[in-house]
Amino acid sequence: MTLPRALDFLAVPERFMAVSTWLAPVLGALAAALIGAGLWTGVSAPSDYQQGATVLIMFIHVPAAWLSMFGYICLAGASLLSLIFRHALADAAAKACAPLGAGFTALALATGSLWGRPMWGAWWVWDARLTSVLVLLLFYLGYIALRASIEDEGRAGRAAAILALVGAINLPIVHFSVNWWNTLHQGASVFRPGGPTLALVYLIPLLLIALGYMAAFGSLWLVRIRAELWRRRARVLSLQAAGR
Amino acid sequence: MTLSALKIEALSVRRGERRLFEGFSLAANAGEAVALTGANGAGKTSLLRAIAGLLHPESGAVVFLDASGMSLDPDGARADHIHLVGHQDGLKSSRTAGEELDFQAAWTGAKEGGVAAAIDAMALKPLLRLDVRRLSAGQRRRLALARLVASPRPLWLLDEPMAPLDAERRALLGGLMQRHLAEGGLILAAVHDPLPFPVRTVEVGA
Amino acid sequence: MKGFLALMRREFNLAFGGGGPLLALTFYACLVALLPLAAGRNPTQLGLLGPDIAWLALALASLLSLERLFEHDYEDGALELLVMGPIPLEAVSVVKALAQFLAINGPLAFAAPIAAIALGGPVSLAPMAILTGLLGGVAFAFVGGLGAALALGAKRGGLLVAVVVLPLFAPPVIFGAAALDAVRAGQSSLMALTLLAAYAAAAVALSPLAMAAACRNALD
Repeated sequence: MTLPRALDFLAVPERFMAVSTWLAPVLGALAAALIGAGLWTGVSAPSDYQQGATVLIMFIHVPAAWLSMFGYICLAGASLLSLIFRHALADAAAKACAPLGAGFTALALATGSLWGRPMWGAWWVWDARLTSVLVLLLFYLGYIALRASIEDEGRAGRAAAILALVGAINLPIVHFSVNWWNTLHQGASVFRPGGPTLALVYLIPLLLIALGYMAAFGSLWLVRIRAELWRRRARVLSLQAAGR
Repeated sequence: MTLSALKIEALSVRRGERRLFEGFSLAANAGEAVALTGANGAGKTSLLRAIAGLLHPESGAVVFLDASGMSLDPDGARADHIHLVGHQDGLKSSRTAGEELDFQAAWTGAKEGGVAAAIDAMALKPLLRLDVRRLSAGQRRRLALARLVASPRPLWLLDEPMAPLDAERRALLGGLMQRHLAEGGLILAAVHDPLPFPVRTVEVGA
Repeated sequence: MKGFLALMRREFNLAFGGGGPLLALTFYACLVALLPLAAGRNPTQLGLLGPDIAWLALALASLLSLERLFEHDYEDGALELLVMGPIPLEAVSVVKALAQFLAINGPLAFAAPIAAIALGGPVSLAPMAILTGLLGGVAFAFVGGLGAALALGAKRGGLLVAVVVLPLFAPPVIFGAAALDAVRAGQSSLMALTLLAAYAAAAVALSPLAMAAACRNALD
């Protein structure tokens, strides 16, 4: 199958490289601005009398959790494109995306743990959302492990793409089953993700930071795809130099 | 409608980063055999696998035609009209030769009495009760080739079929191949040594 | 049809041969025996978690011999023959996963009640242990087969299959354990069983597609 016209624009590697040369730093600057603005409005918001300053961790944690999901959607999307169109750029995009998504997921887990500690005195709480995010991290790690274990690049990419799509179908099921599991064991934990209620005053900084994370994700993703494309080109050249 | 002709049009195959060959074209009709030659790693095996549909070529096409020149559905043709006997035998070492022959014959759609004919043609009678792991390389090759006799299919794709066979068995196989051609079949064989009968030769990966 | 039956005969022969069921059962017994050694033999304490751990051990034991599902055929060239056969590769995958279920997961399901009771669960748990073992076993066989197909030709195949497949096991593990807990609490296990059955059905319906795609990819 050949790519539809709309995607054709970016699909040619030279054009992608040209666009990403300026787009990546622009997104990076945007990310810094948005995250800065978000943190500033967050800090100047009235602090929650119950949680105090630790509400700041929420500003890092909640958007990171959103991004972990967003990252997997990007991974599944790139995987789908690479399978249907057998396109090298989509494959490189998927490969570049996974560690990024895993990074945001790990950040969400670490900050989630820190957030819970002052309130509950435990370093880790098996509540529905943290458990879901943990399973998401395992999906990411499985993808990265599969890709790394198969030697042929093309084959590894396609096998991992199939896994990413299987994971995408399974994620809602996992999410549902973990939530259901949580309701069964409700007595043990009353840890609710947003705290008492997510006041509107918190929503704006969270959205700003989330958008900032997205811009950062986009910027880093472009940079990683460029690195991957260069790596592949270098390998082809060195093979040619070695002479078939 | 049965397969009568094979047309390969400008086929390019790449394994990993290497392009094995490009723009390869070939036409073969019923009753014709083609011997594929070339250095090791030149792409003879990949070419056979690409025709069999196991490999995705980078570009180009493989077309199967019936007697009237109409093109056949490639998936149907590959499922019903082609035998691929590759380097490896595809035999399970823990099963007996008889069990494996029965399976391969049933799987490839053997004709009535096909298994018996195959046992005769390939002199497999004394081997049937033995575990495959106890067979020599030549015996395993004869067992793997048996399905060519048991289940009639027009196009044979053979990857170094003669390699582990001794002179007597090579002549045997040569006879079988000539009979297949006389009945209107096609053969594409990747070989290092010449076949025991005159045949068109094409080099791959030049 | 003849080809289909011949394939079934072959797959069952290969799955049961070489002591497959015995190996899985022995592994299961080892896991179950190690639990009290780790957790202490206080019957009340053991009985609280024992049956749930027996259920988890079932999931782990099903990972055994998953690697062999496609790997041997891939290595000796038989997979190429299976791809070019009378029935689609998706159906071939179903037959393989079915053989895996009958040879490995089925026997494990019938060993499950013994393990649950040995680890301090009430005898009333036995029928549910078998039922969850069977339904869960279908899910484990089909999803596991998917992992086996994806890991074809990879280094460290066995461990890789486990890493890929265990996160996918999370939903059936949750549902099966919930059914067992419901029986112990005297409540209805219908919801949990329905969810488990639904997951198993989805696995049977969808994983053959992915298994076949993964096999074709490995041959490419």
